[in-house]
Amino acid sequence: MNALTIALRTLLREWRSGELGVLVLAITVAVAALTGVGFLVDRIGIAVDNQAGEVLAADLRLESPQPIDNAAVDEAKRRGLRTASQTGMFSVVFNGDDSQLTAIRAVSAEYPLRGKVLLSNEPFGVGTVVHGNPARGEVWPDSRLAAALNAGVGTQLSIGARQFRVSRILISRPDQGATFVDLAPALLMNEADIDATQLIQPGSRLTRSRLFAGERADVQSFEEWLKEHKKDSERLLDVDETAPQIKNAIDRSGRFLSLASLVAVLLCAIAVAMAARRYVQRHLDSVALMKTLGATRAFTLTVSLTQLVMVGLLAAILGSLLGFGAQVWLVVALKGLLKGDLPAPGLAPLGIGFLTAIAVLGGFALPPLLQLSRTPALRVLRRDIGPPPPLVILAFGPAVIAIVFLIYWVLRDLAVFIGFVVGLAAFVLVVAGAGWLLVKLTNRFRGRVGVSWRYGIANLGRRRTESVVQLTAFAHGLMMLLLLAVVRNDLLNDWRRSLPADTPNFFFINIPPDEHENFGRFLAERGAERARALPMVRARMTHINGKAIDDMKFDSPRAKEFATRDQNITWAEQLGSDNVITDGHWFTKDEYGKPLVSVSSEYMSELKLRIGDQLQFDVSGETRTATISSARKVKWDSFQPNFFLMFSPGLLEGSQGTWMTAAHLEAKDPKTIADLVRRFPSVSVFNVDELLTQVRSIIDKALAAVQSVFLFTLLAGLVVLIAAVQASREERRYESAMLRTLGANRSTVLKGLLAEFASLGVLSGFLAAAGASIAGVFIANRVLQIPYTPDPLVWVYGLAGGGLLVCFAGWLATRSVVNQPPVLTLRSG
Amino acid sequence: MLTIVNDVSLDIAAGESVAIIGTSGAGKSTLLALLAGLDTPSSGRITLAGADLTSLDEDGRARLRAERVGFVFQSFHLVPSLTALENVMLPLELAGRRDAREGALDTLRRVGLEHRTGHYPRQLSGGEQQRVAIARAFVTRPAVLFADEPTGNLDTHTGDRIVSLLFDLNAQSNTTLVLVTHDRGVAGRCGRVLQMDSGELKQGLA
Repeated sequence: MNALTIALRTLLREWRSGELGVLVLAITVAVAALTGVGFLVDRIGIAVDNQAGEVLAADLRLESPQPIDNAAVDEAKRRGLRTASQTGMFSVVFNGDDSQLTAIRAVSAEYPLRGKVLLSNEPFGVGTVVHGNPARGEVWPDSRLAAALNAGVGTQLSIGARQFRVSRILISRPDQGATFVDLAPALLMNEADIDATQLIQPGSRLTRSRLFAGERADVQSFEEWLKEHKKDSERLLDVDETAPQIKNAIDRSGRFLSLASLVAVLLCAIAVAMAARRYVQRHLDSVALMKTLGATRAFTLTVSLTQLVMVGLLAAILGSLLGFGAQVWLVVALKGLLKGDLPAPGLAPLGIGFLTAIAVLGGFALPPLLQLSRTPALRVLRRDIGPPPPLVILAFGPAVIAIVFLIYWVLRDLAVFIGFVVGLAAFVLVVAGAGWLLVKLTNRFRGRVGVSWRYGIANLGRRRTESVVQLTAFAHGLMMLLLLAVVRNDLLNDWRRSLPADTPNFFFINIPPDEHENFGRFLAERGAERARALPMVRARMTHINGKAIDDMKFDSPRAKEFATRDQNITWAEQLGSDNVITDGHWFTKDEYGKPLVSVSSEYMSELKLRIGDQLQFDVSGETRTATISSARKVKWDSFQPNFFLMFSPGLLEGSQGTWMTAAHLEAKDPKTIADLVRRFPSVSVFNVDELLTQVRSIIDKALAAVQSVFLFTLLAGLVVLIAAVQASREERRYESAMLRTLGANRSTVLKGLLAEFASLGVLSGFLAAAGASIAGVFIANRVLQIPYTPDPLVWVYGLAGGGLLVCFAGWLATRSVVNQPPVLTLRSG
Repeated sequence: MLTIVNDVSLDIAAGESVAIIGTSGAGKSTLLALLAGLDTPSSGRITLAGADLTSLDEDGRARLRAERVGFVFQSFHLVPSLTALENVMLPLELAGRRDAREGALDTLRRVGLEHRTGHYPRQLSGGEQQRVAIARAFVTRPAVLFADEPTGNLDTHTGDRIVSLLFDLNAQSNTTLVLVTHDRGVAGRCGRVLQMDSGELKQGLA
């Protein structure tokens, strides 16, 4: 009989003894956690790839806050390229008294050059492809806008100074952002109608775009031409650069989610090690016996390896299926955040699943099996003889290699890898240390409690290592969930409460300079508490200390964004109380009119700027150079108009700009706003509450996905619990029978077990609540700088949730133990 | 169906000490399990301290054991997660007694282990473990004490001391003692010796 036959023949019997079940469960959860995230990222990635050529609605896009002259368009036409134009801005759209801040896109008839516009007759309906732009006097609001305004086909919407009829509902457009929906809903209108709205005034904040498309070679040569001839204030976007950026962002979010799921994988690996150890313990005798009967080491190893491989294969398949299901769930959690339908995922994540299974089994189950095969035959005579002790490197080496491989493979970044490993190790040490102390402390109390509790707590103390591992696992999962679900809301609410009651709740930009006095009066007449008004001019940074921005390399995406984006700049004589000079000094009277600039501390540190550095700007086509004379720390959540860059007064007065201000409107009276927009059609109104609500709903959705991933951590904690219970099942059976021999009834034994698991769960909950509260206080003090009182509910949820969850799982895993007949004690003697 | 114990009719009076001897597989331990209510016979009746075991359910028998019965086993069967003191307290607590700690301390003193109360079973020698087990058996002042090969895992010298302790305590507390053993020397110290053979009982063979 060969090893394979024996392996197969005994597999069923092995299955009944439990450890293989635990192995399958652990690997399944580990594989599911990683593949779930993998499938999701894959689907989003495919969606991005599919739309990569369409994200610009063109092959090339030239953007500028100023009108783009016709030179580029003429040149493009000369080269046989197709062109289109688009003007984008934010404005409030009204349906009667209902209003909604909207991204307005006025497009020419040629739009889009790439991709398709889909329209329907009802919001969220099935879209059909339509060529061309809305007819004059008509608009196409997207589903979100139509729903927000209760608008349908035929509704009259007012935008700025004019009324427009809704002729269709916009289902999708190619340049709406590849995957994630934008903050504000959108509306398409005819470019020729834009003047009638009076939304555009000199200096208004808007983006004008020219779109180009054509044969690849023509586009490339045209792009070279454009780079030469475009103005500094104009920004050139091409597909090759934009699509990878989006893809990169998706990759990063995917890696973060994988990282979260990796913790679950590591916990499952511990469960695998526990199950493998028990498998070895149970097989010492049979391996010794087989060797006595003449089996070789290779033969016994083949038997256990075959079973291991079959178990791994089964679990990898189950895990992948579960991961696929989890991914469907994640997509539902992200509903509203992800745009439209995602394409079906590819098969690549299956590879992730099988690699995970191989790594975990190879690292954590293989070493004990190798040990098992070294059990000497002599054990049949002397029970105390086991396999020779392994070399440390053989026992722990594969596990360490497997962990390092998995983490590095998910992260693919050495710095992040080291940060994660060190952070995780420190976290685990702290939590495990705290857990160890708690178990020890709890043990002291057992003299003062009843027999069931004493027995339960004593069990925790006896299997201290296992208890601490389980405690750490549960505490970690619970802490993350508490932090994401409870503490985050508390912090947000506390932050909101920390704002003074008259904090501005409306922002107004694009106020024409000649109207800004009137605008102030208008607000004052309606009893609005107005914040300071500041002028606002668009500019682009072109050089830092004489070095061109285009030639510079930046350490972080944020630094690059700071340096390359369109800057809004201002000037002022007075510094608001929400600004504190941290270096240098604020403009003195004799410095007015001199080329000096005060820079916010974020800019200073990201771009590594110092007092005295020279910054060069393109301000509406004019070159301006200014010296940094001070650095400011800005309290952004004062909701006052604030700018990163403030120039000395008297320097830019001639530049074409608009004004911005903020106000607190007591009752959110839609009529005041409606009047205001009619009276000042070019002013863009931002409702802070609405924006915060929108941001919050997006964060909520993104966090729902993260929370789902941490549920896997909790699940992995349960697997560790089951593995530990499984490993101690014989002991528990014997003890249960023992207690019943001494006269304990079934319920006493059950209470003892429940006491053990309740203690474990409550201690985990205690650690989790403590951790979440500490994190909350830390974030409040260090990041948000607000007073924060930890929420007692965190403790209620932590203690009750932990206790109930672990109790229930423990009861499921051990309930058969309670039924052990007492006569077993005599037989085992 | 396999018949393990057959046609056994037996009365043990209060305060009596009885040894059950026999070869391996003769059914000694099964008989002990039946007498103590750890197992139930497929037919027949067993009465323990006035209660009909065969009419009680599992929990009813457990309650009876908690109140009236003590056990000493060959392999001691202490609960490894509990200290010596806690092990001895266990039956008192299971019987719902409030003075468990005092009672347990007193009994540990009687078996000479007052200095080992805080130790765990793994920190005790075999003889000490069996003394803890004996203390645990006597602490409830049971009407009947069942001992299953109490010296089987001990060397001769320690075994002798344990048996002396067992009989001393038995005499002091007037407990009924039912003892299964291989050791005819031990059996000889009992008032009556029963021999089991292939599941059948032969009386009086000492």
